[in-house]
Amino acid sequence: MKLHEYEAKELFHEYGIPAPRFAVARSSEEAKKLAREMGGKVVVKAQVLVAGRGRAGGIRFAENPDEAASHAAELLGSRIKGEQVEMVLITPYTEMERELYLSIIVDRSRGVPVILASPEGGVEIEELARASPEKLLKLPIDPLVGLRNYHQRRVAKFLNLDDGLLTSAMDMLERIYRLFKDYDCELVEINPLAVTKENKLEAVDAKILIDDNALFRQRRFERPVDPSSLEEQARRMGFAYVELDGDIGIIGNGAGLTMATMDVVYEMGGRPANFLDIGGGASEDVVDKAATLLLRHPKVRVLFVNILGGITRCDEVAKGLVKAVKNVGATKKVVVRMMGTNEEEGRKILEGNGLYSYDNMEEAAKKATELAIG
Amino acid sequence: MAILVDSSTKIVVQGITGRQGRFHTQSMIRYGSKVVAGVTPGKGGTEAEGVPVYDTVQEALKEHPDINASIVMVPAPYAQDAVYESLDAGIKLVTVITERIPIHDSMAFIRYARLRDAVIIGPNCPGVITPEACKLGIMPGHIFKRGVVGIVSRSGTLTYEIAYNITKAGLGQSTAIGIGGDPITGLSFIDVLEMFRRDDETKAVVMIGEIGGDMEERAAEYISKTAYEKPVVAFIAGKTAPPGKRMGHAGAIISMGAGDAASKVEALRKAGVYVASTPRDVAAKLSQILA
Repeated sequence: MKLHEYEAKELFHEYGIPAPRFAVARSSEEAKKLAREMGGKVVVKAQVLVAGRGRAGGIRFAENPDEAASHAAELLGSRIKGEQVEMVLITPYTEMERELYLSIIVDRSRGVPVILASPEGGVEIEELARASPEKLLKLPIDPLVGLRNYHQRRVAKFLNLDDGLLTSAMDMLERIYRLFKDYDCELVEINPLAVTKENKLEAVDAKILIDDNALFRQRRFERPVDPSSLEEQARRMGFAYVELDGDIGIIGNGAGLTMATMDVVYEMGGRPANFLDIGGGASEDVVDKAATLLLRHPKVRVLFVNILGGITRCDEVAKGLVKAVKNVGATKKVVVRMMGTNEEEGRKILEGNGLYSYDNMEEAAKKATELAIG
Repeated sequence: MAILVDSSTKIVVQGITGRQGRFHTQSMIRYGSKVVAGVTPGKGGTEAEGVPVYDTVQEALKEHPDINASIVMVPAPYAQDAVYESLDAGIKLVTVITERIPIHDSMAFIRYARLRDAVIIGPNCPGVITPEACKLGIMPGHIFKRGVVGIVSRSGTLTYEIAYNITKAGLGQSTAIGIGGDPITGLSFIDVLEMFRRDDETKAVVMIGEIGGDMEERAAEYISKTAYEKPVVAFIAGKTAPPGKRMGHAGAIISMGAGDAASKVEALRKAGVYVASTPRDVAAKLSQILA
């Protein structure tokens, strides 16, 4: 789960990580009032979660409160890369002497947290890593050892800071690491980390990703969900669901098999409408719900169900499918491929109800594609 | 010979009294695996599926000192405790079936296992099976047959699909391992490729990857660097997955422009690995190679 900038900065303030003061406005009047209170030049920043906000025009500078109000009026309600802006963050403009980069990330390759630091921030980190890798420090931290003083010193020195700021940077890193651990973060990123005209460190931007698997113990930033969205409906039924742009509805059991099913459909010339993984051991009822969801989906022309029976039983799957097709009164075609536990029983149930099960997924995918195109 | 598990593997099931725990304990026993004890805190002194239940792993080991593997099937919030408990009791092979374990937890226990010279399989995995000898996991045993193909995979059901095709083609498996669908797992492709390299019974290796991370790319590098002497056939799932979306597995996500299927396929092909276009193609290629 990605946090909004204002949520991330709220955490920064709580952890004593230096960041400029800020406030959030939901209307242009509010923006104007806040800008006036802050005085001087301010920055108006759209609070959206999409990447590349700055380049898309979501960050504006205002010399006075009136200008802040007009920026806010333009941004609020507009869409940045498809995401509607509902809030803007107002913050005093920071005059930067230098721009640094600092982050802590869960590194998949190394399997541990890694601190990334660069004396040349402000640019995208992937870009920096490509263009001048020698300017990027990657420091793995053993989670059993944790962050130590020598790590902090090494990072601070790499940032090329004078003696006064060296200690501040060390202190700041310690606080960031604590936040990273306390909130089950996959990423805490400050880009740019400013050295201000007053020779102080300041987190001008803040990006935090929280591990979705840890949300059971990280309830603070729970998001209101849109219960009408298909993704949310599927999630509530316990399915993993991703919407795609084709017309063949895909149901599989297991993430890898469901992905492979999409791929094979594509290979045959078809276009998957979605990814729906019913998980392991699905009952008749669960299959019924999944199939109903897709049979009612206006985009889906053909439903392709691919089940590898292990702990999932093919007869349960067949019963669920038959139920869904009857209830929805489907005019849509259904292609089934089932293999494994109770395959024969499942096949009989399907055949008794005018459905047919293929032996292998390649043939079934071909059939589903033909039906969708034809 | 096979790897990791065989007929001498003696299993303790952590979380044996849960619904999943009971079901899979029964299924492992039916397959012929030696499940000698179970652990559920607070249920010590009872029995589950004919297996004695203890409050702690320590107590289970006291009564059954021959335990040499554990399988963890406790819910995610308690999973890390279960793993540490096994590791601290000295068990050197811990299979973590549980999915949705926070990554800060798994990162730490995987490191700890390494320090204790123990192997973690998973988290979020189907486990490991050496056909006709031992199933330490939740896979349907009947689709496997003892043979010469080693399988290593980030997936569950896709592994079954491919294993079944291999079995139907008249070949079989030496050992099949699901290393797990999380971004960070105890075993990597390289770890398992290295084990298969040393295993005489294994004549060819199947590697089933998916989008996310760079484990496949690193395996490709290892294969070309070591001039890996056994043929490797790969399949990569998620060629049609959109970027930025998690495809069921926590680790299956193309993020920040990295981890897409095309770069994995390319890296593997460069290393001389045959990358199958469909799951069925894997078995077909193996039949050809091993003929």
